[in-house]
Amino acid sequence: MPRDRAPEKVKDLKGTLLRLFKNLNKWRYMMIVAAILAMIAAMLSTIAPNKLADVTDVITEGLKPNTENIKKVSEKIYGNILINSAGKEYIILDFNDLPYEKKIELLDPITIDGVDISEDDQIKYISIASTMKEDEMSEDLLIKLDEMPNSIKKVIEPKLDMNELKYRAIILGIIYLLNSLFGLCEGLLMAYVGIGYSKNLRKGISKKINKLPLKYFDNHETGDVLSRVTNDVDTIGINMSDNITSLITNVTLFLGSIIMMFVTNWIMAFTAIAASIIGFIISFILLKKSQKYFVERQKQLGDLNGHIEEIFSGHNVVKAYNGEEEALKEFDRINNNLYNCNRKSQFLSGIMQPIMHFIGNFGYVAVCVVGSLLVMNNMTTFGTIVAFMIYVRLFTNPLSRIAQALTTMQSIAAAGERVFEFMDEEEVSDESHMKEKINKKKAIGNIEFKNVKFGYDENKTIIKDFSANVKAGQKIAIVGPTGAGKTTMVNLLMKFYEINDGDILIDGKSIKELSRENIHDLFIMVLQDTWLFEGTIRDNLKFNRSGVTDEKIWDICKTVGVDHFIKTLPGGLDSMVGDNDSISSGQKQLLTIARGMIEDEPFLILDEATSNVDTRTEELVQKAMDKLTVGRTSFIIAHRLSTIKNADLILVMNEGNIVEQGTHEELLKKNGFYSKLYNSQFQQ
Amino acid sequence: MIKLFSNLSRKDLFIIIAVISLVVFSVFLDLRLPEYMSEITKLVQTEGSTMNEILTSGGHMILCAVGSLICTICVGYLTSLLSARFSRKIRRLIFEKVESFGITEIKKFSTSSLITRTTNDVTQIEGLLSMGVPLLVKAPVMAIWALLKIIGKSKELSLITAIGVVIIVVTNLTIISIVAPRFAKIQKLTDKLNGVTRESITGIRVIHAFNAEKHAEKRFNKVNEELTGIHLTITKTFALMDPIMNFVMHFQHLGIYVLGAILIINAGMMEKINIFSNMVVFSSYGMQVIMSFLMLTFIFMILPRAQVSSKRINEVLSSDISVKSGTFRGKTKDSGTVEFRDVSFKYPDADEYLLKHISFKVEKGETIAFIGSTGSGKSTLINLVPRLYDATEGEVYVDGVNVKEYDLKELNNRIGYIPQTAVMFTGTVEENVAYGDNGKKKPTLEKVKEAIKVAQGKKFIEDMEDSYKSHIARGGTNISGGQKQRLSIARAIARDPEIYIFDDSFSALDYQTDAKLRRELKKYTKDATSMIVAQRIGTIINADKIIVLDKGECVGMGTHKELLKSCEVYKEIALSQLSEEELNNA
Repeated sequence: MPRDRAPEKVKDLKGTLLRLFKNLNKWRYMMIVAAILAMIAAMLSTIAPNKLADVTDVITEGLKPNTENIKKVSEKIYGNILINSAGKEYIILDFNDLPYEKKIELLDPITIDGVDISEDDQIKYISIASTMKEDEMSEDLLIKLDEMPNSIKKVIEPKLDMNELKYRAIILGIIYLLNSLFGLCEGLLMAYVGIGYSKNLRKGISKKINKLPLKYFDNHETGDVLSRVTNDVDTIGINMSDNITSLITNVTLFLGSIIMMFVTNWIMAFTAIAASIIGFIISFILLKKSQKYFVERQKQLGDLNGHIEEIFSGHNVVKAYNGEEEALKEFDRINNNLYNCNRKSQFLSGIMQPIMHFIGNFGYVAVCVVGSLLVMNNMTTFGTIVAFMIYVRLFTNPLSRIAQALTTMQSIAAAGERVFEFMDEEEVSDESHMKEKINKKKAIGNIEFKNVKFGYDENKTIIKDFSANVKAGQKIAIVGPTGAGKTTMVNLLMKFYEINDGDILIDGKSIKELSRENIHDLFIMVLQDTWLFEGTIRDNLKFNRSGVTDEKIWDICKTVGVDHFIKTLPGGLDSMVGDNDSISSGQKQLLTIARGMIEDEPFLILDEATSNVDTRTEELVQKAMDKLTVGRTSFIIAHRLSTIKNADLILVMNEGNIVEQGTHEELLKKNGFYSKLYNSQFQQ
Repeated sequence: MIKLFSNLSRKDLFIIIAVISLVVFSVFLDLRLPEYMSEITKLVQTEGSTMNEILTSGGHMILCAVGSLICTICVGYLTSLLSARFSRKIRRLIFEKVESFGITEIKKFSTSSLITRTTNDVTQIEGLLSMGVPLLVKAPVMAIWALLKIIGKSKELSLITAIGVVIIVVTNLTIISIVAPRFAKIQKLTDKLNGVTRESITGIRVIHAFNAEKHAEKRFNKVNEELTGIHLTITKTFALMDPIMNFVMHFQHLGIYVLGAILIINAGMMEKINIFSNMVVFSSYGMQVIMSFLMLTFIFMILPRAQVSSKRINEVLSSDISVKSGTFRGKTKDSGTVEFRDVSFKYPDADEYLLKHISFKVEKGETIAFIGSTGSGKSTLINLVPRLYDATEGEVYVDGVNVKEYDLKELNNRIGYIPQTAVMFTGTVEENVAYGDNGKKKPTLEKVKEAIKVAQGKKFIEDMEDSYKSHIARGGTNISGGQKQRLSIARAIARDPEIYIFDDSFSALDYQTDAKLRRELKKYTKDATSMIVAQRIGTIINADKIIVLDKGECVGMGTHKELLKSCEVYKEIALSQLSEEELNNA
């Protein structure tokens, strides 16, 4: 269903549209065929009225009495009377008043077109014809014709040429049939193009998501990407194909009718165009104006949405602080603005169609008047006028459609721009040329940080000069208050972000020479936010790895201590993991640990679970995590200081910087940030 | 639907009546147009017609067209007025209703659903009014009027028109029945596509870490294929519509001509003329009949969606409010006391109680803390005081008066409530801290500054570009979680309440800030009563009274020291956070 989307301001309308078309290249043959079909269909539509007029002509022709034969009958009858009355003493003042014998005397049987007309019939004819006035034709004549004797009727009765009609009707029928058929084929073809196009766009976006640096997602909202995948792509997909065909069809119709008009009569062509132009100027102004209100409306709608979201989601505070009236006042303000924009935009866009309708009628009358003038001055024929009446309709309809299509093009371009903007985001560097590789089976487990410098913002270095040597199997804890940048270390180790200066060496090899894929292969990563996708527990534990047997899964679940829980679920491993289900966040955490353990990897990054887990599950999680660290070089982001006292190295972070490093005892002795942090949990 | 439209005011109804009469009049004028057209055609075709005659007929036709244009513009104006007025009213009704909701109702609908109901659903109704009403009036009027013109004129030609109408109605109904269920499916698949994409983004680190990019793409492609398949079916079905409509209309036209010609051949002279004029009438009015049926089917297409929307809106508007305000506004003999008398609580539809038989009393200036594992009911308990929920059994007293007797405003004036997740509003820092109404004057800037200072926010606020006038973005996205929490606490302080309620409000703060804030707060508000829900033992270690909750029951009450000795659950919680040695040192 077409979406009611207001045209948005587009930065580069032409460029975006060109690019959209370029992307359609894959379907060019389909589109060319569709365009040709649309053009033929449009041409057929221009011809059809003419052919319909032909059919009408045949029928109207069949309504007219055979005037030639009427003349012949009269001439012959009156000629006979004149001949027969020659030399007779009486003058025929009134034939009808004569006695029957006299009448017979004056008449002779006549034959017209092989039909014999007896004297009696002729007498009847004369009596009826005498009641006719000189200039009386058409209808009264027809009524009188009905009274005529059969023989005369036969001669002068209108003859509808059925053969001609059949022939014309069949031609018109074929035109109509082809028109519909071509329209249908073109519609189906464009359906494939439009839908295929949006499918490809979506696919492209999904691929792009994985190629973007993580930085992108730190700065952009998920909802924004989502709306590009759905709303924007839909806007393009649905409208694009409709719009292209509408443009092709209507431009063909438009040009066709203009050409036909000028070919037929240039004066009347100008009349028709001039009469319509006034209307087009009006509707163009309206379009511009309404566009302004549509943009404004969209903005107000956005504001209203924002306000509502704020108030509804902060409902408890609004209530507890008696903020209802304040909120309602603001709501009323935006709601009123929206009301005004709504009213104006809807009104202006709503009267477009009636105005175009009126232009059609106005053009019609103008053509009739000017046409009649020309006829009177013998400058054209009636047929031309009739043809023009049709052309005026053919000419005004497509123009309003074209105008409509152009507005839609704007919203397509706006959506396209948003999609392309996303597609153009800088991707992570290409690594296909990297030859270095660490085999995870043979990895030792050493990591060395050499004068690492890093900042999310080029100008703001937050890790200034960090060096540390981590031996295989050691446990490194990263601590610090919330928001201290503990995940920065994860980002660097996993090469989610590139370090600015210095180096990190894994088993002596620089991560700059190792591909991301290779590095990721070496690490088990368990994060605090328990990300699981919608699917069965089995699928989630297996994730992207093939050849994992159920046996192996159960083994690991037992180690982690989640096997009992899975067994209590009605579906076992086949139970679905979703958004709103019975699996608690603690249990989810256990599942992510199990997922990490399915494959054995030499390094571990572990982000500890925090507050939202109840104490008993927390113990389970803790135990599982402890098991994970055995035999692996581990980096642990710690929230509970008590759990990391035995770490080989503690990195203390604050405001993005590593402020201290050392073992628990060393750091306590220093009496610095760590000891303050450590002791603060006991203070009031 | 009808229920929702009962919200139309008298003025709205007047507008509707005006719209109906204008539409009827414009249809009348519209149907006159073909008559003038054929008159002009005839004049032009007849030799000897004078210019005057053509001008007169042309003038009449233009008058008719202008009249119809004016009518339609008026209709456009009135319907846009009507739909905009009505949608504004409904939006306001929903908003007001939701403001009066308690948490129970909000949870029942979910916030995001309430938002779509206030915006998208209302827009649907608005669309129905602005597009549907003129159509709904015009289609039957046009159909009836046109039918009147052709009725009884020719059986044969009527039959052809009827066949055309039947074919069009049947095709349209078939198309709708094919497409409608698929639309519902598309909605679901779009949600699913959103879901998969959301998963790909929220799990981007995990996906990269497991080198699972291909896996994520495969999942996405599966839904994409499915969605594309249904989209294709719908689009193909719709592609059928136009050609079929054209085909039927054209062939009906042709059919009328051919049948007319056959009738003409076999008729008498006078009959011929009659039949021919019937033919012309049928070919133009028959088209109108078909067009009006087309319009009607179009309404059937937008109606179901609007119906769903109006149902969703009605659900909100007719929902019962569980927390009703009392009337008490006077002075109380106590101040700063909170008492629970044998309070039990369960959600209206739930079987199990979340709180069972809770009784305690806090005196003025005391600090009471609640601790327990997730789901133990501590947040629920504390929410009973500002009546975010009502107790199922038992009574809650504030300053010696049952909370249900208070005028809600009066009750809220006594309370400073700080929720689990800090709520920020668009506006300045000052506006956020001075938020709401406490029955007194709005807090001054001085007061705001003081409150922020106590809440340990002075430094970061004064570091911001415009200090206290700095803009807070929607949802507070331009400040960190801990900063939001501190402002949220400052907001309560600026209110000067008798009773502070901290619903796990310290969790976003680090240990140091947490400790310092509570120290300063204690100094600043010596007389105020505090109720604190916390996860961290450190936060509550010095409270006057600690209540330990387990599965909704009170399993221990006393000070930290007492509880360590007497309460197993408390000890377990404490030990999970601190070592025995650390606990004893504290």
